[in-house]
Amino acid sequence: MTAGFTTDWVIAPAILPAMTAALLIVAWRRDIQMQRIVSVISAVALLGIALFLFDLASDGTVRAYRVGAWPAPFGIVLVLDRLSALMLLLAAGLALAVLIYALAGWDKRGRHFHALFHFQLLGLNGAFLTGDIFNLFVFFEVMLIASYGLMLHGAGARRLRAGFQYVAINLVASTLFLIAVGLIYGITGTLNMADLAQKVPQVTAGNEALLKTGAILLFLVFAIKAAFVPLHWWLPATYAAASAPVAALFAIMTKVGAYAIIRIFGTIFGDGAGALANMVIPWILPAALLTLAVGTIGLLASRRLLDLAAFSIVASMGTLLIAISLFDVDGLTTALYYLVHSTLTGAALFLIVDLISERRGETLDWLVPANPISQAPILGTLFFLIALGVVGLPPLSGFIGKLMVLDATYETPHVWLIWALVLVASLMMTISFARAGSVVFWKTDGRTTGATWATAAIAPMAAVAVLVTASAALSVFAGPAVEVFHATAVQALDPAGYIDAVLTSQPAAQPTGQ
Amino acid sequence: MLLAFVTLTPFLGAILPLLAIRFGRNTCALAAGAVTLTALVLLMSQAPAVYDGEVITWGVPWLPMIGMSFSFFLDGLGLFFAALILGMGLLIILYARYYLGSDDPMGLFYFYLLLFQGAMVGIVLSDNILLLIVFWELTSLTSFLLIGYWSDQAASRQGARMALVVTGAGGLALIGGMLLLGHIAGSYEISEILQRGDVIRSSPLLLPTLLLILGGAFTKSAQFPFHFWLPHAMAAPTPVSAYLHSATMVKAGLFLLARFWPVFASTDAWFLIVAPVGLITMLIGAWIALFRDDLKALLAYSTVSHLGLTTMLLGMATPLAAIAAVFHILNHATFKAALFMSAGIVDHEAGTRDIRKLGGLLTLMPITATLAFIASASMAGIPLFNGFLSKEMMLEEASHTVYAGYPWIFPVLATLAALVSAAYSYRFAISTFLGKPRDDYPKKPHDPPVGMWLPVAILIVPVIAIGILPALTAGAIVERTALAVVGGQLPEYKLALWHGVTPALWMSVIALAGGALLFTAYRQAEALHRVFAGPEAKRLYDAAIAALVSGARAFTDATHNGSLPRYAGIILTAIVAVGATAFLSAPYAAGTREVIPVEFPALAAWVVLAAICVALLFWHHERLLALVLTSGVGLITSLAFLEFSAPDLALTQISVDIVTTILLLLALNLLPKTSRGETPLAGRLGRGTLSAAVGLGVGALAYAIMTRDFQSISDYHLAEAKPGGGGTNVVNVILVDFRGFDTFGEIIVLGIAAITIFALLDTALRGAAAKTLESIRSPEQSKDAHPLMLVVATRVLLPLALTVAVFIFLRGHNQPGGGFIAGLIVAVALIMQYLASGYAWAAERTSVDTQTVIGAGVAIAGLAGLGSLFFGWPFLTSTYTYVELPLIGEIELASAIAFDLGVFLAVVGVVMLSLAQISRVEERAEHEPVPEGPMDVPLKKGRIVSSNGQES
Amino acid sequence: MELLVASAIGLITAVGVYLILQQRTFPIVVGLTLLSYAVNIFLFAAGRLAVNQPPILTGADAYADPLPQALVLTAIVISFGMTALIVVLALRGFLETETDSADIPPDDLKADKR
Repeated sequence: MTAGFTTDWVIAPAILPAMTAALLIVAWRRDIQMQRIVSVISAVALLGIALFLFDLASDGTVRAYRVGAWPAPFGIVLVLDRLSALMLLLAAGLALAVLIYALAGWDKRGRHFHALFHFQLLGLNGAFLTGDIFNLFVFFEVMLIASYGLMLHGAGARRLRAGFQYVAINLVASTLFLIAVGLIYGITGTLNMADLAQKVPQVTAGNEALLKTGAILLFLVFAIKAAFVPLHWWLPATYAAASAPVAALFAIMTKVGAYAIIRIFGTIFGDGAGALANMVIPWILPAALLTLAVGTIGLLASRRLLDLAAFSIVASMGTLLIAISLFDVDGLTTALYYLVHSTLTGAALFLIVDLISERRGETLDWLVPANPISQAPILGTLFFLIALGVVGLPPLSGFIGKLMVLDATYETPHVWLIWALVLVASLMMTISFARAGSVVFWKTDGRTTGATWATAAIAPMAAVAVLVTASAALSVFAGPAVEVFHATAVQALDPAGYIDAVLTSQPAAQPTGQ
Repeated sequence: MLLAFVTLTPFLGAILPLLAIRFGRNTCALAAGAVTLTALVLLMSQAPAVYDGEVITWGVPWLPMIGMSFSFFLDGLGLFFAALILGMGLLIILYARYYLGSDDPMGLFYFYLLLFQGAMVGIVLSDNILLLIVFWELTSLTSFLLIGYWSDQAASRQGARMALVVTGAGGLALIGGMLLLGHIAGSYEISEILQRGDVIRSSPLLLPTLLLILGGAFTKSAQFPFHFWLPHAMAAPTPVSAYLHSATMVKAGLFLLARFWPVFASTDAWFLIVAPVGLITMLIGAWIALFRDDLKALLAYSTVSHLGLTTMLLGMATPLAAIAAVFHILNHATFKAALFMSAGIVDHEAGTRDIRKLGGLLTLMPITATLAFIASASMAGIPLFNGFLSKEMMLEEASHTVYAGYPWIFPVLATLAALVSAAYSYRFAISTFLGKPRDDYPKKPHDPPVGMWLPVAILIVPVIAIGILPALTAGAIVERTALAVVGGQLPEYKLALWHGVTPALWMSVIALAGGALLFTAYRQAEALHRVFAGPEAKRLYDAAIAALVSGARAFTDATHNGSLPRYAGIILTAIVAVGATAFLSAPYAAGTREVIPVEFPALAAWVVLAAICVALLFWHHERLLALVLTSGVGLITSLAFLEFSAPDLALTQISVDIVTTILLLLALNLLPKTSRGETPLAGRLGRGTLSAAVGLGVGALAYAIMTRDFQSISDYHLAEAKPGGGGTNVVNVILVDFRGFDTFGEIIVLGIAAITIFALLDTALRGAAAKTLESIRSPEQSKDAHPLMLVVATRVLLPLALTVAVFIFLRGHNQPGGGFIAGLIVAVALIMQYLASGYAWAAERTSVDTQTVIGAGVAIAGLAGLGSLFFGWPFLTSTYTYVELPLIGEIELASAIAFDLGVFLAVVGVVMLSLAQISRVEERAEHEPVPEGPMDVPLKKGRIVSSNGQES
Repeated sequence: MELLVASAIGLITAVGVYLILQQRTFPIVVGLTLLSYAVNIFLFAAGRLAVNQPPILTGADAYADPLPQALVLTAIVISFGMTALIVVLALRGFLETETDSADIPPDDLKADKR
């Protein structure tokens, strides 16, 4: 029996970027114009597909796609549910905005930008869709190695140094990933997430320690990706050194770690996991608070806008993790809202910082007085709005996100600690951004300096504006948005549907030749 | 609905001035005025209903999950404040039109002003307290922009930041307080909360809730000890000072106190906290104001003092005091705004606001002087002006307020404060306008255009009217508003000029007379003030911020010091710690699987490995040696694979090792021969321990896994490989079929690695890197770069290797082998050519472009997978058939083989590209002309062909 | 045998970790290579050890677990790509900065060139 037309689209987010990138390498390696055209078309198509799949998943049914028509758990399945669809949509939307921004010139500063960009999308999409932990590893690697390529895009001494650390730390993480997979397979004898969800509760007592260790190591891998303090060391230098559009795209990389935690520890090691149920949850909150604190201190310490941006990513992960640490429906709903919010604003922040530093000549993004920048009114407004989003002040989505986090943690035992930290952190961020903005836009002397290529940068500004608008929309339409996130959270925390879609209703055996 | 419009009109209309400015400043001001007027008219259309005692509410849900809704409600209190805000707004807009200089961006000013106005109206009309917070924060933000309006002045920037931080902090406290309040009351709608006072008062969380809310109110209304930001906010243009920092925004805190008066006022905490804070603020503000020479600073501290007065009244928690508070808010708004505008006029016309440089302006600007005199008189609390009435009511209340058992504290201190404020009022008026005219004013003073003094005059009207006929003019407003504040019946009271000879009257007399004395004795008082001069708030604030930042920097620089060993160390330690905790926190039983007996070769291999490992520890900085030892480990690894029934792995591992070693060798050529900087013993010990811990852990886990039985899904793969996948080499079938999607990703990883390597090295021949290359000479370059024997050997080897590769490739599906291994073999063979005959020679002869090969590899694999879609089967579904090939015999030709071909191409491309790129860089480093090799025709000298076929 | 293999894994891992804790890029690269060896054997061992039972269908009654072997093959290939990349990265970084230190120097406006 055939997989069915609509279900076939589940594979599309993996195939489209892969083929696009391959095509770009083979056909238009030296033709930047063609690369741009093809790249943008593909990105638009991907967004379209993501929207279609999002709509498809919004009926609440989980769809399993069996690659190679092999029955689960023996082959690899891709799973489309509300959560993966949401992540696909977020990634595709962000990617398009960032791509538009990069067209203004960043993509010319090194080789193969567009190919790497689409490979990166392939890695992300694969990681969001796969229902197999080893396949997850593979797509993590695709995502990472593409990110190495993008991160090093345009080289430069500092970028190379930071790049080496980024790669080295992530290789350690990959090693850890394999050890975890080895342990989990060595005990359960399977790799399929749905199958694991069924087999984990049946594990004999004598095997629990090993399985638990495997799970916790897996958690640590995701924690490194999600930049939990003290596993975050790779992030600040990398994001600050990466080229602007890349750093902006990376805003979603940390979220992949968050996604994986929700997916694995919601589906496999959730309430239904018997002795090992919810075993990682106690680790999340302390790390979350630490992450928020360190990120905020880093913000306060920043001497340049790039540090400000990089550490605000760390801080936002802290807040996001606080919500995740609840691991109940409300907590996850909040987490998803904050995840989308922080991805949009984080990316926008890196882009606006780049637009600013392009216009400040020798002083770049350093927080020292310089000549007034060109197009200050527009950039100032955008920077102001984005800052509000990051700090968590109205009218952008950051404020509502913060309210939701505070509200969701009201019933928890550590409510006072959490509230105090979150609120004080907001104050510290207010101080940091007020200082930064006042230096860049107010404390200026001399006459406006002509910008570089950026003077004609209508498209880049539009890209930033789109991200800001999205954040504002997320705030205005918080009600409907949260309904979607709520449904997503409910589905993510109830693996029954997932297991049923993957393991039951198997297809016929596959065609055999003669 | 209409309420929402009242609030939204200023927001939506804010854009108009920005557009209108093109058509001149008058149009711009008119636009702003029109917007405000619209909002005011809309509001007033509801006034009759409210005065019939109705409470108008309207709302739509915003975010039900957290009880947030877009809801408004209008009662006496809201109406009073909203009308105040919008009415005052009109006057300010008119005044600003003439106040702003020709080079000030007026459109922007009105834009900000209207945004602020909208936010302010939002605060007083919000029903939902979370919505209220939204507007609350917006006022902080807009006031930040308005204070910083003259951003080229340091004072403006600092004042703006200080205001934002202090009020922002309060705002955050308020968020906490409101969330608590909402949770306790079970509703976020004020109209509901006011009904549930008893629930809230009986809650154990009452005190924290109250404190947090007060934190918001006190910072916004500049109550002691948060009063210091307000004077610095006076760096703003005077219309802003008059509007935000005297008439409206600073009253938001008072509004909040009044709004929740019915809920909290009856608690002890309320009286014990709010009343004294107000009293102290009133006193301190007045005292500081007296000694300010800057007119605006004087008015600023006087504002602080009067805010304290009102706070104290609300804190007294009696209905009469509440009435007095409302009355004073009204009066203060009128005379203080008038005074600010007058000060602005003086500044504008005389060119200075410094009292010491002023005096004698009465004759020069009579209109302004008259208006200012009346306003000052009201501020001093002189009868016939509205200030007197509310101040006397205040004194009356204070006279019978007993605090902590002391009946005298409030009466005495209140009178003292009144006395001081009388004194600074005298000083403001007399020192500025009386005395004989001077000839050293910065500008030639004269009365301003009518547009500028008219707003002042308009404000003076109520000052006098209320002052003489309070009940008639203000009675209704005060009553309706006070009713809303108290939320119940009002006691008997009467607004009147004459209440008979009451204690309050005597206190007023003492205040006015004493004030006069104090003013005449100003010199001595000032000396006294110098003695008791407290620390300057701004210096403390700046020091605090500086300390905060430098502390943060110290911490961040120390922790994020860029040291990879440190980072890796911390991460690994965390992993070990968490992993161990997890393991120990769950039951464990040793495995029962019977172990395989040790054989001698294995033991020998183990000993060698151990030796290699130890050697590596000591000689890892001897790079060549380290490399040899590493490949030794690789060799033993592949032997292990072979021993334990994994021929494919063995083959792959060994060929990967060869390639990796070549790669490292090439790289090593350009890297320094030994790594300097041995670490101190302590560091080595630490690292040693950590390494040992990790090694031990991983080894133990491995052992634990190997020694227990388990049930795997792979039985299915063994069973299905032949019937379903058409191959007997199950590993290969899994790779290209069961888990082909993994392999698809794996190819792409290789491809990405390749193009990244290309991108990296492509730039190496330019810039800083190129310079380094110039400087490098490899010492061990022998004369004879390409030994004949090697050249011959490799050339002969090539065709042989290719044949083997084809064979390995084709049999892969059934026997150990497959695309990846075949690819590596071909790559190695080709690489040999590079090594033997030099890069250029080989590049000349490799017509194919490696990047195309890689791209093609990925594409072919993808297409091979997509093929099945056209037959209605999922991605990567394979089928197979048999074909008869010479030599190799019958083989299954699985469709998966096309997929394997993709793997093959990708591998060849990757290896070729990376090695070729490096050796290309090598050649550059060695400045070596293309060799005239023994077996081929001479080439043009020094011609380097880049791997993508471009001449460079 | 199991003990031999396990201890070998432990040994290689320990040395690998020790090397990646060094200051210079080259030892770190070597260390990462060793780690990949160790983890490959680990993953392989997760399928348990078997002698003379290659998973090539010959009608034998028992075969070694083929799945981990396939996973390890993928892992080897991936780690090969990663190694190649980081080697070149180390090389490139050295060529650019003329030092093979793995640390990031403190950031300041003068040194900041883009």
